[in-house]
Amino acid sequence: MILLDAPFLNLQALLDGLMVGAIFAFVAYGMALVWGVMNIINIVQGEFVILGGYITFAFFKMGFSPFVGIPFSFLFLFCLGFLIYRTIIFRVVDKDMFISILATFGISIVIQQIMNIAFGSQVETANSGLGTSFLFDGNITLSHIKIFSFIVCLLGAASVIYFMKTSKLGRAIRATAQNARAARILGVDTEKVYCYTYSINAGICGLAGSLVAMTYTLHPYIGLPYTVRSFMIVIVAGLGNFPAVLLSGLGLGTIEEFSAYTLGQEYRIGFVFLLLVLILVYRSRVLAKKREYLK
Amino acid sequence: MNKPNKAIITFISAIALTFGITAANAADTIVLGSAISLTGKYATNGEHTQRGYDLAVKVINDKGGVKVGGKKYNLAIKYYDDESNASKAASLAQRLIEQDKVKYMLGPYGSGITIAVAPVTEKFGVPMVEANGAARSLFTKGYKYLFAVLNSADQYLSSAVDLAADVNQKAGKKPSSLKVAMAFEQDAFSLDVKIGVMERIKHHGMKIVIDDALPKELNDMTATLQKVKALKPDLLIISGHSKGAMTGIKQITDLKVDVPLIAMTHCDAASINTKLGKGNGDYVLCGSQWHKSLSYKDSYFGSASDYAKLFEKTYKYDPPYQAAESSAALLVFKDAFERANSLDQKKVRDALAKTDMMTFYGGIKFNAGGQNTSKPMVMFQVQNGENAVVAPVKWAQAKLIWPAPKWADRK
Repeated sequence: MILLDAPFLNLQALLDGLMVGAIFAFVAYGMALVWGVMNIINIVQGEFVILGGYITFAFFKMGFSPFVGIPFSFLFLFCLGFLIYRTIIFRVVDKDMFISILATFGISIVIQQIMNIAFGSQVETANSGLGTSFLFDGNITLSHIKIFSFIVCLLGAASVIYFMKTSKLGRAIRATAQNARAARILGVDTEKVYCYTYSINAGICGLAGSLVAMTYTLHPYIGLPYTVRSFMIVIVAGLGNFPAVLLSGLGLGTIEEFSAYTLGQEYRIGFVFLLLVLILVYRSRVLAKKREYLK
Repeated sequence: MNKPNKAIITFISAIALTFGITAANAADTIVLGSAISLTGKYATNGEHTQRGYDLAVKVINDKGGVKVGGKKYNLAIKYYDDESNASKAASLAQRLIEQDKVKYMLGPYGSGITIAVAPVTEKFGVPMVEANGAARSLFTKGYKYLFAVLNSADQYLSSAVDLAADVNQKAGKKPSSLKVAMAFEQDAFSLDVKIGVMERIKHHGMKIVIDDALPKELNDMTATLQKVKALKPDLLIISGHSKGAMTGIKQITDLKVDVPLIAMTHCDAASINTKLGKGNGDYVLCGSQWHKSLSYKDSYFGSASDYAKLFEKTYKYDPPYQAAESSAALLVFKDAFERANSLDQKKVRDALAKTDMMTFYGGIKFNAGGQNTSKPMVMFQVQNGENAVVAPVKWAQAKLIWPAPKWADRK
């Protein structure tokens, strides 16, 4: 066991895990939002992330610093989310969940192919040019771009919570999530709420994507793991529980990193699924007990 | 009456032009078929392949075409897009053969898809020259109609291990004391690369300290690289197509991982020498099928560098080896048609089996399994943002820089 032989690696894995987990958590935020408010499982989540990454990459390729691309990734995806809602999603909001899964799955394939045509199937990355820090005699390595992503994600997550708590639209979104019909009766324009919820989610993904572009690598078909992870995070956290989404995201990142150290990279996602099954089994057991108790 | 007729004629000729076949000269055209990845995840390499094919067709036709039985034939290729999907490629191959009556095939892009297409061409007795399927299993099934101009995957990085043993030996370190870290994707290609590497590692008695499997959806290999940092191997080998090369270099740079020698596949396809900023891809050793600085020559494209110039002029970028080997496949077909002096599939196949020629891409001579045994792999090292060939020594233009300077000492 390499983790026992080199104790520093545990700390390293923990840090790496937290930093990658922050991005997962941020993307999962968006998914939890759309799921909670609109009852739509947004399969296109991962593609939004990658597309956001490509927007930043496009700026990088034009000779700008990739940091310039961050707001544009957010804005572009926000507008795209708006457009997709107005053309497609509004038709499936109140329908069966299966239909919305099919619809978003379809959109994800279209976006994949568009990215493939626009940016090529080559692997790309936007080099941030930031340096690297070494702690404890070089035993711990932290690249600055990862720290930057971590901070941006936490700030982003915090501002989403703040926005939900304080702004008028945020309140309307929460009201719609609790009971759409009642909200409508009380004068909330739920159509507008849905539309902005979806756009905000896309914007969040765009922002996360631009961080992915700078920290990791991009290619048009890497979106699905991000969708799957968000799905897993939201399931574990439970709908409508934003702080839990953050915790579960960070936890997932850490667990993934540790499993990658001990079992190898290939079992990262496999391990996550195993965990998902275990948690679901545990939850249904606990819930079943509670139900018995109620009887 | 006139107008619709004209429209129809225009339409038909437009279609005919699109497919490169016109009714008038169909008689003296040899049509080759290929299902190729023009969309989907292999689209970039599929395009390199198609451009390699197209460029060779153009050059061969311009230089007098193919002479069979005293008659001059032009070459043309009928393409279908397999969408990077192996089963789709297999059914398109069947369609090319059964419906379009194509009598000769060119390979698709990639080992996985070639593996799916080969049984089809074999069943119909259609000779196929392929340039982009390197998996070993293609050559062990006893296929009679499959010929590959490229080296098989197990040869990609095996000479990197030898090279590491060699330089360490010279520096006074026993090869058997060397530590090796490996990260391989679990697909047909990379696992074959691994077989070749393992064989050499065993031969030298080196010690494997890390043996990681990379996932298909790779974009983060921090864990592997942190382990590499902790265990300090003498040689790091990564094989995971372009994404392995790109992700590897990106994170090696970010994490400042110091390894005396790093060997990879697909560095040129991923352009690691330029894409990550100057100097970041430096000192990485790459296995490649071909390089433009090699001194191979033929009478169609001239030397390897002439080919590179022509390709650059036509398509505005440096030819990756995927394009070069694809062009070579057409030279092989042309040569076989003329030696067979017939368009009979069986005779062409027999002529292909007896191929022994020199091209700008390297020597081509097939063994019984259809594998090219005449050309070695080349290794180049990224030096100052340029790919410089360092092995085999016979064609090397540069010396291997070893050990790679530590990150702290760079710049």
